[in-house]
Amino acid sequence: MGRQFGTSRRNVLRACLGSALAAGAAVPAKSKVVIVRDPGLRPAGASPDSTRVLKLLDRAMQSFYNSDSPVEAWKKVVRPGEVVGLKVNCLSGRGAATSPVLVEAICERLQQAGIPQKDIVICDRLSSDLESAGYRVASRKDRIRCLGNDASGYDGDLAAYGSVGSLLSNTIAKTCDALINLPVLKDHGIVGVTLALKNLFGVIHNPNKYHINAGDPYVADVYMLPPIRQKVRLAICDAITAQYEGGPSYMPQWSWPYNGLLVARDPVALDYTGWQILERKRAEKGMRPLREMHREPLYISRAADEQHRIGTNDPRLIDVVEA
Amino acid sequence: MDRRVFLETLAVPCFARAAANDAQFTVEARFYEKLAYKKIKCKLCPRECVIDDRERGYCGVRENRGGTYYSLVYSRICAAHVDPIEKKPLFHFLPGSMAFSVATAGCNVNCKMCQNWDISQSRPEQVNANYLPPKDAAALARQYQCPTIAYTYSEPVVFCEYVLDAAQAGRAAGVKSVVISGGYIQEDPLKQLCRHVDAIKVDLKAYSEKFYKEVVNGELKPVLNAIVTIRKQGVWNEIVYLVIPTLNDSDQEFQALARWVKTELGPDVPLHFSRFHPDYLLKNLPPTPLPTLERAKAICDAEGLHYVYLGNVPGHPAESTWCPKCRRAVVERAGFTVKAMHLTRGKCQFCQQAIPGVWG
Repeated sequence: MGRQFGTSRRNVLRACLGSALAAGAAVPAKSKVVIVRDPGLRPAGASPDSTRVLKLLDRAMQSFYNSDSPVEAWKKVVRPGEVVGLKVNCLSGRGAATSPVLVEAICERLQQAGIPQKDIVICDRLSSDLESAGYRVASRKDRIRCLGNDASGYDGDLAAYGSVGSLLSNTIAKTCDALINLPVLKDHGIVGVTLALKNLFGVIHNPNKYHINAGDPYVADVYMLPPIRQKVRLAICDAITAQYEGGPSYMPQWSWPYNGLLVARDPVALDYTGWQILERKRAEKGMRPLREMHREPLYISRAADEQHRIGTNDPRLIDVVEA
Repeated sequence: MDRRVFLETLAVPCFARAAANDAQFTVEARFYEKLAYKKIKCKLCPRECVIDDRERGYCGVRENRGGTYYSLVYSRICAAHVDPIEKKPLFHFLPGSMAFSVATAGCNVNCKMCQNWDISQSRPEQVNANYLPPKDAAALARQYQCPTIAYTYSEPVVFCEYVLDAAQAGRAAGVKSVVISGGYIQEDPLKQLCRHVDAIKVDLKAYSEKFYKEVVNGELKPVLNAIVTIRKQGVWNEIVYLVIPTLNDSDQEFQALARWVKTELGPDVPLHFSRFHPDYLLKNLPPTPLPTLERAKAICDAEGLHYVYLGNVPGHPAESTWCPKCRRAVVERAGFTVKAMHLTRGKCQFCQQAIPGVWG
């Protein structure tokens, strides 16, 4: 059966654009992925230092946006008056979840960029997942809100694209104008890796339906759902602690302190880059590549194909900047 | 308030709204295997999901908690109605009777044409539910004068622990049980179900693996195996085939289906061809034209099947049961209503031909 959603008009436009490109009208721009690291991020042991995390975030944002000031960089992401969602990844609980210290740093900079507390919403699938990762669930509308989709509920209209039909959380469908995607750099036992693209499974009501066939084409199709495509502004991948095997559950024996962040607007470029980091670590540890484990994340190339065009997985078109 | 919400709110007002207490709905799953690193492998359906700690299977209603696998939908009833048994449809099982019909959230496939996707494709915590333990289900069936509990609407395979217990509670109270399923289940749990229920209607979605892969997100072969197992276990079985324009409506497919039914199950298994209505992810296709359904029936009749019905076409003669010997109507139906019965102890009143089924 063919894809019956969102194809005809878009395909016509793409065909026209394709012809223009073939005629030499434009050269595709590179996707930028900034990687920042700080070996001294955890001076007191396992927990990252909040001041150093803020500095790390600033370095990443200033590098990504070529800005002298972190606040000016954030002003290129969001505008006052917008409600900004922060989609964290807390399924595995403390250890392999988006660090609350990082989210705290982001909230601080958002406020300095003109987003008041009442317009910031930290969200994930379940409130209990957030709590297990160290977040405090909060629903007061005059403060930063932090709540699971089970508390915010789901929009009643079915969103559909390609092989996917889902209800979207009210947080992304209704509440937020912009979304900052905050995945973790880690392995996934079924779909290979779970980074920026896969993290959006946490805003739909039926992610369990879309892990088959190593998530291909489902991960890419979910990302194509209109509210997601329209609202995600930036991905900041938490690589403070990364995990190269045994995910998405937290497996300390396969985790290591990468002490870094990856920042990109292009989630495909970020995923490709993060995947290569995990593959290098697997090789270093004598583990077989994901392809041989039958869980190569093919959904990344799917997200880059003619149908989706979410971003690029071509390393020649990815500008990795280590700042 | 739409019709479903209205019915769900008011049709069965006497059982308590679920408290916000997950524990009362949670029981350890019966069909799974523990693996290393707190992983588990589900052995309920052929999908055999391998599930990490804190994750759920494809069905969305079974969760790994620290290496132990739990059903989250035990007694967690999200829909309860009193329906004619003909609505299931079961045409050779207590015709004209009512079935106390229950469902939980969840399904182990994801059919693009699902009419009940709002419950079947949801997780239990995403839909309103009531606490209805097995004994209460049996008691309510009796209270509403239903000789049968039907496990239906979503996919009973994913709440099989509840079905097994409610069916036993029903038998103890003189209430039968029927399962309305896609038949995507492993042999061991299916055999356990067969020991406790009285009929299983299987939705055979198509007779091609391609359709099962692309439209159902499942597989055909295990479903065919399940139907044969049901037959061998001696449980009454009927088959429904939803005919979808352009996707599963070719002469070749109808013919292959008819031959398989006749060879593997015999000519007496009722086969219902139902009319498709656009819904969920198949809104781009039209309702099935009546001539397509009639063509399907003609092909199966010609192959020698005795009880081929058409569904979702109220008033059509193929809603009635016709004696294969004297060709007279032995159960006359209009829609879900039985207008006349001409059966005596399971035999045609006109020619004494035995009509297979569960008649009383």
